Amino acid sequence: MPGLTPTLGFTLFYLGMIVLIPLAGVFFKASGLGFAGLWKVITSERVLAALSLSFGAAAIAAVLNAIFGAIVAWVFVRYEFPGKRLFDAFIDLPFALPTAVAGIALTALYSENGWIGSVLAHAGIKVAYTPLGIIVAMTFIGLPFVVRTVEPVLREVERDLEEAAATLGARRWQTVLRVIAPAVFPSLVTGFALSFARAVGEYGSVIFIAGNFPMVSEIAPLLIIIKLEEFDYKGATAVAATMLVLSFLLLLTINLLQAWVRRRV
Amino acid sequence: MSTRLLALRAVRLAAAAFLLGGAAAYADLLNVSYDPTREFYKDINAQFAADWKAKTGKSTTVQASHGGSGKQARAVIDGLEADVVTLALAYDIDSISEKGGLLPADWQKRLPNNSSPYTSTIVFLVRKGNPKGIKDWSDLIKPGISVITPNPKTSGGARWNYLAAWGYALKANGGDAAKAQAFVTSLFKNVPVLDTGARGSTTTFVQRGLGDVLISWENEALLSIEELGPDKFDIIAPSYSILAEPPVALVDKNVDKHGSRAEAEAYLNFLYTPIGQKLAAKHYLRPSKPESADPADLARFQKTTLFKLDDVFGSWAKAQKTHFADGGVFDQIYQAK
Repeated sequence: MPGLTPTLGFTLFYLGMIVLIPLAGVFFKASGLGFAGLWKVITSERVLAALSLSFGAAAIAAVLNAIFGAIVAWVFVRYEFPGKRLFDAFIDLPFALPTAVAGIALTALYSENGWIGSVLAHAGIKVAYTPLGIIVAMTFIGLPFVVRTVEPVLREVERDLEEAAATLGARRWQTVLRVIAPAVFPSLVTGFALSFARAVGEYGSVIFIAGNFPMVSEIAPLLIIIKLEEFDYKGATAVAATMLVLSFLLLLTINLLQAWVRRRV
Repeated sequence: MSTRLLALRAVRLAAAAFLLGGAAAYADLLNVSYDPTREFYKDINAQFAADWKAKTGKSTTVQASHGGSGKQARAVIDGLEADVVTLALAYDIDSISEKGGLLPADWQKRLPNNSSPYTSTIVFLVRKGNPKGIKDWSDLIKPGISVITPNPKTSGGARWNYLAAWGYALKANGGDAAKAQAFVTSLFKNVPVLDTGARGSTTTFVQRGLGDVLISWENEALLSIEELGPDKFDIIAPSYSILAEPPVALVDKNVDKHGSRAEAEAYLNFLYTPIGQKLAAKHYLRPSKPESADPADLARFQKTTLFKLDDVFGSWAKAQKTHFADGGVFDQIYQAK
């Protein structure tokens, strides 16, 4: 193949400089602990609680985003309504907004004295300073990932196919399930994965709304900061390396799943 | 100055400018400080430049960098070339000495008053008229009182809050450490959110309207009242509190590299001069020489009995190890559940 050597070389060089070398640094620093030390850090009660909170909340947020993001994308592609362009621009706001601003705004809304929080407080639901608040923040920052990956694919689904399905006697739900869903599903999975990955690593917005109680609402990135404050660089990188490995395995699984789905379609 | 030195200096300044986000690129001295001293050091830097010019005929500029105390200490350890550090607690400068090897371990003995030209204490900020009747530390553990204080694991300033409460409880219980721990545990049961920094806690209390009382440094409490108007909050001084000593130090390795030792020394000594002391009082920090300050400024400070950290906890290193290290007393408060 002509051009393979320079392109492959460039790709490897670029990936190496931007991604692999910094990440290798994390593992190198964490390896100073030795396997037993590393195991002790990551299996401590508090680290486990923080990791399961971060990954659990991110998964819930990503599922919410996959469902509602797909609906939003559907509405944008299939319907015309006044102010559509404006709403379309709003979708991207969580991309652009500094995360601290998002966190402060969400906390103001959802705290017991906020607009939404005060209403929910009557119903006995506390959002700010609980794990629920963490899910809210993660959902907020993850939404555009789903909408922006599903939207273009949905636009490419040809109306002819749907009409053909209808003339062949398919009911509407059958068309949606058998014709549209398989075409859109891979992009939905990509959106889910992006939204999930972003939520796992999110610090800025979550920190304001989380409450940050050890064992309850302390996310793993905060635990890394706490360990850094204690000048426990190795402990901090141990948690970071664990997050990296878990994220990598999850993303790899999602990619494999996607490839499997594509082959079946 | 030789060309080579000039080039070196240019590189250093470029690096400093880069680290500071490109703001105000040229500076002869870099003072790495913590958050609430921004306005104070702005005044000091201008006055010091004038003083230095009058004494040596040379003009100078001082750049100040502000942020969380622990974060700033880490930046210096990781290579931010501070000539002087002016942080919230001695432990952070101890760390620069211990982990970074940038200054000798006995740095705190080099300047008067434990190297603290100004001090402060821990007070309570309550809503106007003090509707919950909060007068002392013992009121903070009552059921139904909501207390706002940052997480001492992430906020250096908040460690003073915690230690002040501990010192009070220890004195109230005749030195019984178990009872002090029970007191502090009940206090943190009344804390609805652990913000990561002092500014976050102030926002929670002031903007979100959460909590009945904010545990705060006196200078920050006075600053909040000045900014937000005296009609919204009152300051309550507890009967017994800690003498907060934010220390200053010369970073030997960096000043030797920059050839700025004389200037850096003059800068730190300037903090102890009548002008420096007067400015400290103006910015709500308690001067170590009150006779230099404006009496009207001094009148704003609360009258309360203060204890020294060293007298109760031995040293910062010991307090840190017992209370805030991984698995320390503070962690036990939350993990015992």
